[in-house]
Amino acid sequence: MGSAGGMEQLYQQLIMDHAKDPSHKGLGESFDGESFQVNPMCGDQVRLQVQLRGQTPGQASDAIVLNGLAWDGRGCSISQASVSMMSELVAGRSAREIARLEETFMALMRSRGEGLTDPEEEEALGDALAFEGVSRYPARIKCALLGWMALKDALAKAEVGDASPAAIPEGWE
Amino acid sequence: MTDLPPRVAHDGGARLGCDEVARLRADFPVLGRCVRDGKPLIYLDSAATTQRPRSVIDAVREFDLGSYAAVHRGAHALAEEATLAFEGARTSVAAFLGAEPGELVVTTGTTGAINTAAFAIESAGVGVGDLIVVTEAEHHSNLVPWQRLASRTGAELAWIPVGEDGRLDLGVVDDLAARRPRVVAVTGASNVTGACTDLAALGGVDWGPRAIRVLDAAQMPGHGVVCFRDLGFDLAAVSAHKMYGPTGVGALLGSQSVLEQLGPAWTGGSMVEMVTMTQATFQPPPQRFEAGTQPVSQMVGWAAAVRYLTAIGMDRIAAREAELTARLLEGVGGVAGVRVLGPLDTRDRSGVVSLDVSGVHPHDVGQFLDSLGIAVRVGHHCAQPVHRALGVHASTRVSLGLYSTKAEVDAVVKALAQVRPFFGVA
Ligand SMILES: Cc1ncc(COP(=O)(O)O)c(C=O)c1O
Repeated sequence: MGSAGGMEQLYQQLIMDHAKDPSHKGLGESFDGESFQVNPMCGDQVRLQVQLRGQTPGQASDAIVLNGLAWDGRGCSISQASVSMMSELVAGRSAREIARLEETFMALMRSRGEGLTDPEEEEALGDALAFEGVSRYPARIKCALLGWMALKDALAKAEVGDASPAAIPEGWE
Repeated sequence: MTDLPPRVAHDGGARLGCDEVARLRADFPVLGRCVRDGKPLIYLDSAATTQRPRSVIDAVREFDLGSYAAVHRGAHALAEEATLAFEGARTSVAAFLGAEPGELVVTTGTTGAINTAAFAIESAGVGVGDLIVVTEAEHHSNLVPWQRLASRTGAELAWIPVGEDGRLDLGVVDDLAARRPRVVAVTGASNVTGACTDLAALGGVDWGPRAIRVLDAAQMPGHGVVCFRDLGFDLAAVSAHKMYGPTGVGALLGSQSVLEQLGPAWTGGSMVEMVTMTQATFQPPPQRFEAGTQPVSQMVGWAAAVRYLTAIGMDRIAAREAELTARLLEGVGGVAGVRVLGPLDTRDRSGVVSLDVSGVHPHDVGQFLDSLGIAVRVGHHCAQPVHRALGVHASTRVSLGLYSTKAEVDAVVKALAQVRPFFGVA
């Protein structure tokens, strides 16, 4: 099949595996911050909870460490695999490191199929580098970013001590 | 009148067959292109928008290059020509849709038409105690404007539900009609299930003296004969770009007597008679609802589109699409794990076929088909409630046009059979 090249570049085995058997999926009892994100284009959604170690409002972001992460969601294999791989990548990292990883992942998504130029950045992303193929398809970038948006939002809430449940608009779920 | 060569002249009902479709396809240059590493394009997204034949593009181009000016303003030669072209286009499009020219309000499209209708009905009086009836099958364009109208005025919103087969469940209609609604807004053909509403049943119900019956006809006139005056509805909304015409233009069709009852919706230039610093008086319909500089080139293109369709014959296009729809339904019926979200037979059904591929998200299905050059729509198609009613969040939609072929239908069926194996499902 002539198309297989493009498809296999996009749906790399790692992505398929994570989509089938995702990590950190299943919400917990308690959390320091929770976010609910939805892609209004397709209804893909993710609800993500974080637990922090060492957070007191106003503390430097490298002293804040992601102690636990749990999520639930539904959507295409790109969005679901991306949350799963992200969860593995960020576990145990400081808020500052996570912010840097997110920037790197965003740069990968903006690369229009060119990938990253800095090998150190590539290495930092680990398995998440498998999403390079997504950057060729502008319509799919949002799918890959859904989990990262949820993480950013949940962390921001946790850092200011807002442990309220994320608002879920009527009709979702 | 026609500017088409005789080869496509309507020959009095002979079947629109494969050879003629092959010739017609040459009128749509985009259909000859390749996408994604050289795959010939297979365009199965005509419910989102239809491609435009060369004659439409040429008519717009010729008008823009030679006669373009603002209409209904100024007395110079160009303004006169442009106004004649615009009003001539109104007459052709209205005739094609079975309406008088004065019954056609030019809008930006179906969405524009329905919003215009909602504000115009509000101007004529809607309030607490009034009932607005919609259906669960609606495109957001024929739902959200009525939700907003209800919330602005305190009116109540009620709806006709969708059954498991994707058709409206008309069991509640008599009870709703007995409540004497102010508005009854329904789709004529769903852009998700492909189900065509039983308009005779709905329009023929006695909804009471105050009811304004509004039809979302967006998915109708590109695929079959539509005669507004026989529909039994007071208002109907259409878009040119879903009937082989340009984007940015559409119409609100309304019977004279109903349009006259309605107040202005959008206000501004062109729709007024006398304006003082504190007050204005308004033009009669249809100009009352046509505020601002009108989309003249688009109307010229739309008129060219209806000439093109008339030359082929809408009845022949409808019969051809029904044949292809049957082939498509039969084909997908044989693919394991694929469920059709809508009627399985071709009775009162359009060539819009939405599918749930078990275990594979529509985005992934669409990506797979796209890699083979097949363009379908994935997502909720601006109709979340009907998806929810059918137990899914999103779907993969295949939709046909006059240029669709058996080979294209077979190609999408074959590709759909490869989707679940590719994603490792069952
Ligand atoms: C049934 C239906 N109603 C309304 C619309 C809205 O039409 P438009 O986007 O042209 O305003 C569409 C198409 O998008 C449709 O399919």
